[in-house]
Amino acid sequence: MQDTKVIIMENIYILQITWFFIIGFLLAGYSVLDGFDLGIGSLLPFLSDDEASTGRILETIAPVWDGNEVWLITAGAALFASFPDTYATVFSGFYLALMIVVFALIFRAVSIEFWFMDTGNRRIWKTAFIAGSFLPSLLFGVAMGNLIIGIPMDSSMNFTGSFLTLLRPFPISTGLLGLGAIMMQGAAYTLMKNDGLIREKCRYVIKKVWLYYVLSYILSMIFTFVYMPYLMRNSIAWLASILFVISVILIKFSINRNKYRSGFIMSSISFICLWLIAAAVQFPVLVRSINDKGIDLTIYNTSSGGLTLKIMLIIALLGMPLVIGYTIYVYKIFSKRAEEK
Amino acid sequence: MDAVLLSRIQFGLTAGFHFIFPPLTIGLTLIILIFETGYLLKDSELYKNISTFLIRVLGLIFVIGVATGIVLEFSFGTNWSEYSRMVGDIFGSPLAAEGIFAFFLESVFLGILLFGRNRVSRRVYWLSAFLVFFASHLSGLWIIIANSWMQTPAGFEITGGRAVLTDFIEAAINHSTVERYTHTITASWLTGSIAASAIGAWYLLKNRNHEFSRALLKVSLTVFAVISLMQFVTGHAHSVQVAKTQPEKMAAFEALWESRSGAPLAVFGIPDEKNRTTHLEVGIPGLLSYLVYFDSEATIKGLNEFPVQDQPPVLIPYITYHVMIGLGSLFLLIGIVSVLLMLTGRLYGNKPFLTGIILASPLPVIANETGWMAAEIGRQPWAVFHVLRTADAASVVVPAWQVMLTLVIFTIIYMVLLAVFLKLLFRIIREGPENINKEHAGY
Repeated sequence: MQDTKVIIMENIYILQITWFFIIGFLLAGYSVLDGFDLGIGSLLPFLSDDEASTGRILETIAPVWDGNEVWLITAGAALFASFPDTYATVFSGFYLALMIVVFALIFRAVSIEFWFMDTGNRRIWKTAFIAGSFLPSLLFGVAMGNLIIGIPMDSSMNFTGSFLTLLRPFPISTGLLGLGAIMMQGAAYTLMKNDGLIREKCRYVIKKVWLYYVLSYILSMIFTFVYMPYLMRNSIAWLASILFVISVILIKFSINRNKYRSGFIMSSISFICLWLIAAAVQFPVLVRSINDKGIDLTIYNTSSGGLTLKIMLIIALLGMPLVIGYTIYVYKIFSKRAEEK
Repeated sequence: MDAVLLSRIQFGLTAGFHFIFPPLTIGLTLIILIFETGYLLKDSELYKNISTFLIRVLGLIFVIGVATGIVLEFSFGTNWSEYSRMVGDIFGSPLAAEGIFAFFLESVFLGILLFGRNRVSRRVYWLSAFLVFFASHLSGLWIIIANSWMQTPAGFEITGGRAVLTDFIEAAINHSTVERYTHTITASWLTGSIAASAIGAWYLLKNRNHEFSRALLKVSLTVFAVISLMQFVTGHAHSVQVAKTQPEKMAAFEALWESRSGAPLAVFGIPDEKNRTTHLEVGIPGLLSYLVYFDSEATIKGLNEFPVQDQPPVLIPYITYHVMIGLGSLFLLIGIVSVLLMLTGRLYGNKPFLTGIILASPLPVIANETGWMAAEIGRQPWAVFHVLRTADAASVVVPAWQVMLTLVIFTIIYMVLLAVFLKLLFRIIREGPENINKEHAGY
């Protein structure tokens, strides 16, 4: 009897750690895929100034954006199922910020469809698409920065700060960095999927975006050093940072040599490296507490029971390979350019 | 108003608005699959055109469903954090499973349906139509599993104030999952099939797209007629289940204050919650007892059997439940008349009946909404039946003014969405199947 209990205890650690990485994987998948949709939306004012080019750019994402957003929905549900206390604390604590994200995502979702169909109001839907893409792109990083630097909590794991608590310098810097990574994805994707005038424009835009990406990263590093010098001793984070820097340099290198596909791949890798850095500095913490009353929310003290984690793992292992398989298949179908009619 | 009530109103608004769209999606995928199968087997351009047109309509409906669905997933954390803490162990899994098994599948292959007709083979295209049909139904199953667990929780134990899963199958296939799922799916098929029928009816009234409309009407109305009968079977099974597993809810549906043998089936009445009586009551004697237990003398529990603090409200569940049943009966009537007209070959020229189809086409949405309201308001005061009270489920850190603010914004956004949705829906229909291939010209 004693032995089986020990085995279950060990099992649940393994499951909790596994779920930390599955959620990280889902968030990274979301960033890479929906990242380019959101990035294109955020950059749209600079990429197109007439209806024809807006239409062509939107057509490159119209068949896929919805599948991309499912990564977020699945990540959110997975967090709910595996670490319900973290989900509850973060979502209720960041109420207004997340509601802005929700409102933005509603408009982002409908405005692509509406732009094509509601031809009399295209300016409105273009604006809605831009705002609906930009706000989440910025706020996701702000939220992430808050989880890293920590938030005030009470003894029942509830957030005790206000909306302004979320807007401290470090979270703002990670918000700007997240926006940079997302815009990088958007620009790299646009370059890869378009030609002619849009490509020319994008070649100009992507240089600025790249510079912004580098500067926002440096800013985040400085703030990390100022506010959380202890993170500087994390060797895995350093390793991921080195990979990040290399991939960012390779973005520039690829684009300069007109290798747009590898530019997009390098941009995606750099985004994944950011998630590796975040995972390295967080593990096994999910939400840091910055006051005495609260305790850090970790994968150990906020997780569901072993049975739930185990069943969810089976579901993920059955389902995710299929998802990845048919997503690649459908992307291949749409990677062939449509013949001109 | 306090934050809990505001959160309830907000959840009611956002879930109620969202629930307009998934039943339409589910129903339309069935009609689309039928026509795609016809196209695959018979190589008929007509079937292909009908399917292409319905897919265009589906695309619009689906996008609103997606946009409003993500709100709900966020809501459990934002507005119902204590609920999430207590039951996340069980309630989160079906939502995650929906994403992994169903929602990815539906979204990715809908991309092919909408934009890939010329990029894939016919078989792959048919397979995409099948997968979208399959995934939308599977998606519904996971949501119904989650919802049913709130109504008739099973497969768990309370440990340290939290519900911890002990048996996944028991929790998923709990005492109301099968009844609720079959009832909801038949409701969705009714919703989608009469919407498709109404499009055909409208063209016939406008004297255009004859061949197209006849084929569309024939298939959709046949589906509608068959399902309107099935709906009574699933509805009956669901009612019996409610009477047995949530007797106070059934008592509220029927405004049955005192327990009695030979309980009547209420047909009309005005429940008076304050004086605990029903005015102008008209009922069919013994029928409720008979329907639940196949014994017209069986005893049905009345509301007074239950502690006051555990009783559901009566007025709204009573009204919504009866509106739903009334509409269900109307659908059966429409179904029977449709079949008679079709068999006697008098359907396509029958202007009053075609007009009636158009007027009736939004009614299943109302039946869906009222049925859902009866089920969820009838579950009160519980968030999870007999486990967690709604009042204890809400977020504790979100102040009322913030919920009020977001509630106002949601109301405005959803009014705009509904207006634009209807405008575009009518535009697609008005422009008709002949213009469908010109849209999205690049793809």
